[in-house]
Amino acid sequence: MTIAGGAAVERPVAQAPRAELREVSKRFGATQALASVSFELLAGEVHALVGENGAGKSTLVKILAGLYPPDSGLVLLDGQPQQIHGAAQARDFGIAVVHQEPSLFPDLSIAENVFLGHQPVGRAGSIDWRGMRRAAQALFDELGVRLDVASPVRGLSMADQQLIEIARALSFDAKVLVLDEPTASLSTHEVDQLFVIARQARAKGVGVLFVNHRLEEVFELSDRVTVLRDGRHVITAPSIGLTPRDLIRHMVGRDVTMFPKVAATPGDVLLEVDGLSRAGEFEDVSFAVRAGEILGFAGLVGAGRTEVARVLFGVERPDRGVVRLGGRPVSFESPAAAIQGGIAYVPEDRHQEGLVLDFSVAENISLPIIARLFPRLFVGRRAEARVAGEFSAELNVRPAGVERIVSGLSGGNQQKVVIAKWLATKPQVLILDEPTRGIDVAAKAEVHRIIGTLAAEGLAIMLISSDLSEVLAMADRIIVMHEGRISAELSSAEATEEKVMVAATGQQAGGA
Amino acid sequence: MIRQQLARWETLLAVTLAAVIILGALASPFLLTPGNFSNLTVAVIEVSIMALPMSLVIIAGEIDLSVESMVGLSSSILGFLYAAGVPLWIAILVVLAVGALGGLLNGLLVTRAGLPSLVVTLGTLALYRGLALVVLGPQAISQFPSAFTTFGFGQIPGTPIPWPLVVFVILGIGLGLMLHRTWVGREIYAIGKSPRAAAFSGVRVARVKASLFVLSGVVASLSGVILTARFASARADAGTGMTLTVVTIVLLGGVNIFGGSGSIVGVVLAAATLAVLENALRLTGIPADYQSIVVGLLLIVSVGLPNAAHQVNQAVDRAHTGRPPPTGSIAPG
Repeated sequence: MTIAGGAAVERPVAQAPRAELREVSKRFGATQALASVSFELLAGEVHALVGENGAGKSTLVKILAGLYPPDSGLVLLDGQPQQIHGAAQARDFGIAVVHQEPSLFPDLSIAENVFLGHQPVGRAGSIDWRGMRRAAQALFDELGVRLDVASPVRGLSMADQQLIEIARALSFDAKVLVLDEPTASLSTHEVDQLFVIARQARAKGVGVLFVNHRLEEVFELSDRVTVLRDGRHVITAPSIGLTPRDLIRHMVGRDVTMFPKVAATPGDVLLEVDGLSRAGEFEDVSFAVRAGEILGFAGLVGAGRTEVARVLFGVERPDRGVVRLGGRPVSFESPAAAIQGGIAYVPEDRHQEGLVLDFSVAENISLPIIARLFPRLFVGRRAEARVAGEFSAELNVRPAGVERIVSGLSGGNQQKVVIAKWLATKPQVLILDEPTRGIDVAAKAEVHRIIGTLAAEGLAIMLISSDLSEVLAMADRIIVMHEGRISAELSSAEATEEKVMVAATGQQAGGA
Repeated sequence: MIRQQLARWETLLAVTLAAVIILGALASPFLLTPGNFSNLTVAVIEVSIMALPMSLVIIAGEIDLSVESMVGLSSSILGFLYAAGVPLWIAILVVLAVGALGGLLNGLLVTRAGLPSLVVTLGTLALYRGLALVVLGPQAISQFPSAFTTFGFGQIPGTPIPWPLVVFVILGIGLGLMLHRTWVGREIYAIGKSPRAAAFSGVRVARVKASLFVLSGVVASLSGVILTARFASARADAGTGMTLTVVTIVLLGGVNIFGGSGSIVGVVLAAATLAVLENALRLTGIPADYQSIVVGLLLIVSVGLPNAAHQVNQAVDRAHTGRPPPTGSIAPG
């Protein structure tokens, strides 16, 4: 049940692939999203699908899920050519897709969500509630997940919601299970739980398609890897014979250095937090960040890191505690006040909080400073474009051209626009909340390079990240939070993945 | 892309306006005579004036349904104070201050108490009308000085341009510049498109929204003054039913009912279209009762058509950028 990496459970050689795409092409206007891609998903394998944003992963998944018809080529299920019309039919064919953002009904119970659309029916044609709860409970027991199936979904963590989606997929005996970037918002132990379940599905002969950005996870879970680049198939190979470096080269088409770290010499303390508390969120949080220093914040999702950042940025008010900026106590009533005080915050949710998606690059970059930029009320388009151009060029936003609407940019470039916007405010303290979530490898390396450079230029940086390798590689010091409290503070020299995890999960290091 | 789409909507409106003028002129030769210009512009001038600030409120993602009651409250207070012997210019200042206060109450209930503006202003729609009836009761106050009533239906000497139109033009230019050329307008669009992203970018969302409600209240009370001057009569039921027409003009002008997009040029064109239509219907002897049908139909068309246009645009965008459609919106096969 817990074979890591390696070959899957005995696989009947003669069996046709669970799902197969044969020379499938799909075009959207001028963009060739998929160009004659062939791909096989075998029974009883975990097959990772990787590629940069825009490589064609989502298009492939959506064709398999029946959301797009292919322009040409064939889709075969268990060896039979099929046309899949819509999500409902895909489900009838035994294809289950778990999306990155769970789409459950918050006010229905867990059991109802699992069996929605195929509820067990009792004698009089009414829903057999007890049978449904029992079946759901059995399903979760089998998955080794402890959840009360009668309770509503509202309020459950993202991880639990995804587990429910998976249970839902397995409830109708899926032959193909597609996990579309399932781990993007999960913490490490939740990812482990997900992996156990994916392996169970594999052992039952399900073909598991695993779409992911995080390469460590690809190597940990998958039997084979397929790389797409610019809508073309690059390689399909057993993951055991590949190195992360190979994979990145295939994805990007060239070598990329991960985590380029610039040596920085920390200066004076810029931000000092003493005994900060907010009921129900975090308790007695104290730390200091120096100019030129990257202070990492590790912890599980929900440990209170984002909540601390929001208080510092003036979104919420603390119950207790003191915040000092450059030695002076401050208390920000609003983000506007925090921005004036020299704090910038790159939020976790790029689409809702980071950017006005319908605005151009220039309009997004100028928004926090627009009143300062144009004290006479009237916006000078040319002056605005010049300022925006300066910062977007500094961060290498592509494609260039500040008149572009940001919703058309890739995730990585959108994130660069968010950072550019904050650099334009000339902040002293930059708070980054999951700055590389959901962006591709090359863009990630670029964001890391930018963070390193900014620290070297004297910014005090708070780096909140659930990506452990990112925090370990980038941060000068690491604060670990657990259930709203600081559970450890580690220097980069002493920090290891294990020490951080021990502190993040609230376990005491044995005896020490 | 959005600007292009708006440009297309405004082009469509300009064509519609031209068509309405031509058809109206064919139906009644009197429509395009200089003597009719004053009638044509003034009949819907109060709703047109109120549509201007309402556009900003709706672009910012809110709505103000209470404007028609503010018209009544203004007329009541103006009549009451004038009848009590208060100098007219002081009475007008008091009325404008009441408009500002009424708008502020709407704004604070929306931004501080966090209530939906649809509900808040539905409540103040009843509240302000009730106050108007309390102040003046069922009576009507008339015998205003002629200088005041001239402001309602008189013209700039030597031209066919009525005074209320001047108010509309000045306000249109002022708010148009504010919305489209200043950073205040930029912030209004940002709030309408994405209130959280705007707040996280340092836009003082509550302050901007509350100010827009104040603006809407002041302009509604100004419209009450104009209406009182035009009819030379102050009544508590003045303005009844106007909100529907105001919102119709704004939406017909291409402003998105969900906020985030729209332009003043579109709203001005929509107001002109409605004015010509109303005048043409009247000149051809169609009873006033039927005009309400026209307004209702226009409201539906103005919400339905841009929606349809938006969907077509999105489909075209998708074809060009390869962005996926929302799940299930394209029938496969």
